[in-house]
Amino acid sequence: MIRLVKDDLRPPGDPPKRHLLSVGDLTRDDVERLLGTARTFAASLDRHVKKLPTLKGHLVVNLFYESSTRTSASFELAAKRLSADTLTVKSAGSSVDKGESLRDTALTLGAYDPDVIVIRHPQIGAPQLVAEVTDAHVVNAGDGKHQHPTQALLDVYTLQESLNKLDGLHVAIVGDVLHSRVARSLLQTFALVGIRATLVGPPALLPRELPAEATSDIAAIRDADVVYVLRMQSERMEAGANFVPSLREYTARWGITPERLRPGQKVMHPGPMNRGVEIDPRVAESPDSLITKQVRSGLVVRMAVLYDVLTGGPVGVQALTAVEVPDAVA
Amino acid sequence: MLWHKALPDADLVIRGARVLDPTEGIDGRLDVRIDGGTIADVAEQVDANEHRVVEAHGLVLAPAFVDPHVHLRTPGREDEETVASGTAAAAAGGYCAILAMPNTDPIVDSAATLGALVDAAQREAGVPVGFLAAITRGQRGEELTEMGELAETGAVAFSDDGVPVASAGLMRRALQYASTTDRPLALHCEEPTLSRGGHVHEGRVAAELGFAGYPSVAESAAVERDLALADYEHGRIHVLHLSAAESVHALRRAREAAVGASGEATPHHLVLTDDAVRSLDPNVKMNPPLRAEGDRQALLEAVRDGTIEAIATDHAPHAAHEKEVPFEAAPFGVTGLETAFAALYTHLVEPGLLPLATLLERMSAGPARIFGLDRPRVAAGARANLVLLDLEGEWTVGEQPFRSRSGNSWLLGSTLRGGVRMTLAGGSVVHE
Repeated sequence: MIRLVKDDLRPPGDPPKRHLLSVGDLTRDDVERLLGTARTFAASLDRHVKKLPTLKGHLVVNLFYESSTRTSASFELAAKRLSADTLTVKSAGSSVDKGESLRDTALTLGAYDPDVIVIRHPQIGAPQLVAEVTDAHVVNAGDGKHQHPTQALLDVYTLQESLNKLDGLHVAIVGDVLHSRVARSLLQTFALVGIRATLVGPPALLPRELPAEATSDIAAIRDADVVYVLRMQSERMEAGANFVPSLREYTARWGITPERLRPGQKVMHPGPMNRGVEIDPRVAESPDSLITKQVRSGLVVRMAVLYDVLTGGPVGVQALTAVEVPDAVA
Repeated sequence: MLWHKALPDADLVIRGARVLDPTEGIDGRLDVRIDGGTIADVAEQVDANEHRVVEAHGLVLAPAFVDPHVHLRTPGREDEETVASGTAAAAAGGYCAILAMPNTDPIVDSAATLGALVDAAQREAGVPVGFLAAITRGQRGEELTEMGELAETGAVAFSDDGVPVASAGLMRRALQYASTTDRPLALHCEEPTLSRGGHVHEGRVAAELGFAGYPSVAESAAVERDLALADYEHGRIHVLHLSAAESVHALRRAREAAVGASGEATPHHLVLTDDAVRSLDPNVKMNPPLRAEGDRQALLEAVRDGTIEAIATDHAPHAAHEKEVPFEAAPFGVTGLETAFAALYTHLVEPGLLPLATLLERMSAGPARIFGLDRPRVAAGARANLVLLDLEGEWTVGEQPFRSRSGNSWLLGSTLRGGVRMTLAGGSVVHE
């Protein structure tokens, strides 16, 4: 098959810049290295003084074109915990409001020589564009319905820390898969670490051709070790698209309630939750809910990602043999 | 029905080329003499008289190409293409005639707008150019244009290309009325309620990347509808830029049942699949989208067996700043005039997937027949509409600047074989 060769025009020898754009670029070794680094940082956060000098003098730009609480907060805190300078630019109130294109905004921010640009954008491929036009290492913090790699990494980190294994786990991913970048990144990450995934939801919200088992029968969740609940993304659904007849009907047939779960079955959700729609509040608050742990994991995993793109082997290209522990941690 | 600026008639001898005109049944090493823009002699050895002699040993001389589907962006977006730049691109690609689509700003839906374009072509066009006019006013799909007056002003055919005629009832009326003009309807077949919001073929690639899908059935359902209407009204339709296997099968069945229907395929649909979208490069975003390998194979088979009679570039120039955006924000469309032959020669003819003679026929005689244009041919007495091809010539797309004002080519950076050494159009040398 013919492949586009745009990149092949570059002279050979230049090592590829380390970015985290898609889980599709990662190997199992990359994932294991990142989880290991995250564990190292988690230990450091138990200490009285939580700040590490690791990325002192580095500039991390957070460029957010979509609203976000936990992702933007945890990236900013992760950079600060590692002593990097941070600069947060949100589309509202910036030149984006004046019609500046993504390319021009990226070129402008690139002129300040940031070491890392963390970007969230409503359109697929925006992080790739920023990676093409700037010299920064680019971390994808969510691009449209495409990818949210750090969410998937923090989710497997959470699973590893909570259940002590990954290989052989069975996770049911329930709900609006069609609009979910989290689901796409999760499926790829699960495949890397040996987790079996089953997609469950209304037919119009399950893309037919995703490489995973899929069913519309909610009873299928009972076979899973973990139920991963996706948010109904009403903001990405056109009016009159009729993916489901109503949210009420969705909740009645696919909402995750205590009655639908086996005792001890773990529940996850990437947030923000629509309580009473895809997830019953009793489930969200139950001891089997890992949702708060996911948020906590977000900080250390994002610290690991920032550290890795700046210091590790090229993400997805060559794995380090061992995690290099920063001086201040050892 | 074709217009161009005043060009000097050529006096020329082309010596020693392999002359290949599949429709005339010529394939041999011959000399061709052109006197005053008209082919005077085709023989094993011709007298040069005082003419300039082009030594063409090792090259192929064929009827020049006809592109029935070009967007010249004029009027309205002259920053993207003009009649002058678009016809220069056509000349460089080996074309002796192109047809321009009416989805400009304003839309070509009145004799006044069409007349202004005809004037512009007589001033600027380096290659003969013809114009299609809209089927509906403003391409809004509500009222028919004044097809009679438009045909008299020079419209070659009618099309709402860019958008479908969504209403079946209006399509029926268009077929009924267009029959009085003896012009075909060139149809952009898309069921908008099935394609809405879609950027990429609905399949595994779209599912994995998260793109909203534009399923094959959005095209084939509309193709089936319009074939049924053409059959019922005994009308004549030409299906633009076919992309889906189901559409091709429907067209083949209709033609077997003697429905007045023809079809075209683009180089990009014949060479690429939706796998190319994994690059997230906006230069592989077009409408209809690149589809699956099975669809590509069905298109190729239809080009081979003649179900698809024409190869059309759907040359759609876009400003750089409009394409240098994330895939979903980018407009649909890619350029093609300057790369069509080389792309198809390299990717289809050289690997043995398509005979050279068939490719030449589908790029020249086929589209000319559909739109009632004079067939470019290598024969004494015919105007010189010829292309001299260097099949061995290797070149890299984008190394030389494009003649087109836009560079949104899906082939940027590719190395292709098959260069156009010289183009004669309407009796003049328009490119060498």
